[in-house]
Amino acid sequence: MSAETGALVGDSAVLEATALPALIQALRDEGYEVIGPTARDGAIVFSEYGPADSLPVGYEDSQEGGRYRLIKTAGRRVFDYVVGPKSLKEWFWPPRQPLWTARRGGRGSYTIDPPDPKVAPRRAFVGVRACDLAAMAVNDRTFDNGDFADPAYLKRRDNAIFISVDCARPAATCFCASMNTGPRSSSGFDLALTELEDADTHVFLVRIGTEAGAKVVARVPHRLSVESDLERARAVVTQAVARMERSMVPGIDALLKRNFTHPRWTTVAERCLSCGNCTMVCPTCFCSDVKDHTSLTGDVTTRVRSWDSCFTLDHSYVHGGALRQSRMSRYRQWMTHKLSSWWDQFGVSGCTGCGRCITWCPVGIDITEEARAIAEGDLTQAAE
Amino acid sequence: MDDVLLQEPSLAYAHTHTRAQDAAEPMLPRPFMIERRRKEAGGCFTLWLRDPTGQPFNFRVGQFNMLYVYGVGEVPISIAGDASDPSLLMHTIRGVGAVTDAMGRLKVGDTIGVRGPFGNGWPLDAAVGQDVFFVTSTVGLAPLRGLILETLARREEFGKVVLAYGSRGIHDCLYENDLHAWRARFDMTVYVTAHSAPIGYRGQVGSVAHLIERAEFDPPNTVAFVCRSEAMLPAAFAALEARGVAPDRFYTTMERNMKCAVGFCGHCQRGPTFMCRQGPVYRYSDIQHLFAVREL
Repeated sequence: MSAETGALVGDSAVLEATALPALIQALRDEGYEVIGPTARDGAIVFSEYGPADSLPVGYEDSQEGGRYRLIKTAGRRVFDYVVGPKSLKEWFWPPRQPLWTARRGGRGSYTIDPPDPKVAPRRAFVGVRACDLAAMAVNDRTFDNGDFADPAYLKRRDNAIFISVDCARPAATCFCASMNTGPRSSSGFDLALTELEDADTHVFLVRIGTEAGAKVVARVPHRLSVESDLERARAVVTQAVARMERSMVPGIDALLKRNFTHPRWTTVAERCLSCGNCTMVCPTCFCSDVKDHTSLTGDVTTRVRSWDSCFTLDHSYVHGGALRQSRMSRYRQWMTHKLSSWWDQFGVSGCTGCGRCITWCPVGIDITEEARAIAEGDLTQAAE
Repeated sequence: MDDVLLQEPSLAYAHTHTRAQDAAEPMLPRPFMIERRRKEAGGCFTLWLRDPTGQPFNFRVGQFNMLYVYGVGEVPISIAGDASDPSLLMHTIRGVGAVTDAMGRLKVGDTIGVRGPFGNGWPLDAAVGQDVFFVTSTVGLAPLRGLILETLARREEFGKVVLAYGSRGIHDCLYENDLHAWRARFDMTVYVTAHSAPIGYRGQVGSVAHLIERAEFDPPNTVAFVCRSEAMLPAAFAALEARGVAPDRFYTTMERNMKCAVGFCGHCQRGPTFMCRQGPVYRYSDIQHLFAVREL
């Protein structure tokens, strides 16, 4: 094995599973903080790796509507779990973000200071999935809509690289294949790994997406891939697609637009707790609130943006009351926005098929099942 | 199944990053100074604001600003002033909550934070060569005031110019001086109705919809600009349609909860649009179907 293969963008390399710690170290040597999957509190979450931290080995997850279990296996496989409750979004627009600070002067005046212009850290996100990458492409449109851009988001985005993994073992809640976002990373990655393991070998195919990715690979022992490696990688993805149990009904965008008054909305609202979990775990839900945090003396106030959810009454409050009083209307707002009006707003679906909203819904509401129920009782077709 | 592997990345998800305004901080208000204030009818007040740096504040009629009160909060308020005078900003506000009440307590010389202008504004050009019909009531005249001024400034481009205005009582017309001045013009018709009046009042009493029924304009050649509370809008729309004004010929401005006004906070959605960017002014034919759905 030699690091002097000169692997370029578009090439694929192969590295031994034993070289994964070297890959993590290479990211650090390239000047990145490493953010990777960590088994914590019974779930896989992204967290910053300390010098001693490494990728968790031998974990599988079991996910269903309202259910998540992380299982330790005796195996050596590294990426046999998929997405946990936390998406990448908190690293790019944190749950609480100070926007600016105002200081009171004399006689009713005050000055406003822009946010701290400190440079965002360079971060490498390891073990992200194709649906996470798709979500970032969606988020890029949210926070730079052509007229306005969020500078804090853009700074963090500029300084981030992604080492993704093609999913070999989708959870029961996954439906990325039907959303055309996975399980194979097709764009947005710097490096994309596919875990290839059998009785004799345990290696990773590494597809190089960017110059930044190529530099990292050059620091790690590897060889260039051959056709048989690509063949094995294809088989992994094919098998993952075949194993995926859930799917989104086709044509959901137009379907929801003509079914605002479908009786299913009332049925699902009877189960929905309006807790907002789905919006918190969703990798693209972006609603936010702003509040002033004022010092005790009242002389300094900081405006803080925090995550919000369209499931709260406050979300639609205008003088006189909330516009979306019923849970039915709030669930409908969330689902039609995600799957339908997102297309009008951003030219893309707001749903990536990651399945988090299904797993982390305390009553196990399944967005694919709700979509199917509406499709089966399509009001327009029934009328025709 | 192999096609899943060979497919090109879906264009929608390809990493495209066209930058809007790299350096700009869209959430940062600019401190303006309150130069003048006036108590208005119906619990409203008007503030005139000046940028202490002396920069002109250019806007289109029908746009709005986010106004911030120190330590309390920020709310969207439409611009009521004359767009041809960018030196002074004019906002008329009704105290209906914590932020607007706090605004009512601000004094001349105090600082107020301003972000804007936001939104699309009234499409007055759509009315060139046509009769122009303004329909509003109470504080709803504020978002229309700049449009009326611009219409009058470009008077020769339009046919009849008609305003139908409704107030609660007979003594609480917003901008009463403006109403008198407009009514004194020979090239503008002003109808005023009061919702309630004391016994013996000889003026028009009743709803704005009744004014629409009898106002003089040429319905097939009219463009209407409507500003009413959302609950009262359907009645105004129905009256306009009954007069023969086609739904693609009337425009309305609407309101929603807003936390950012730049499309990031998600609060102001109505159906497929963000009211802060694709609104607050809508052509009725574009949103007609949404009025049929409750709690959208």
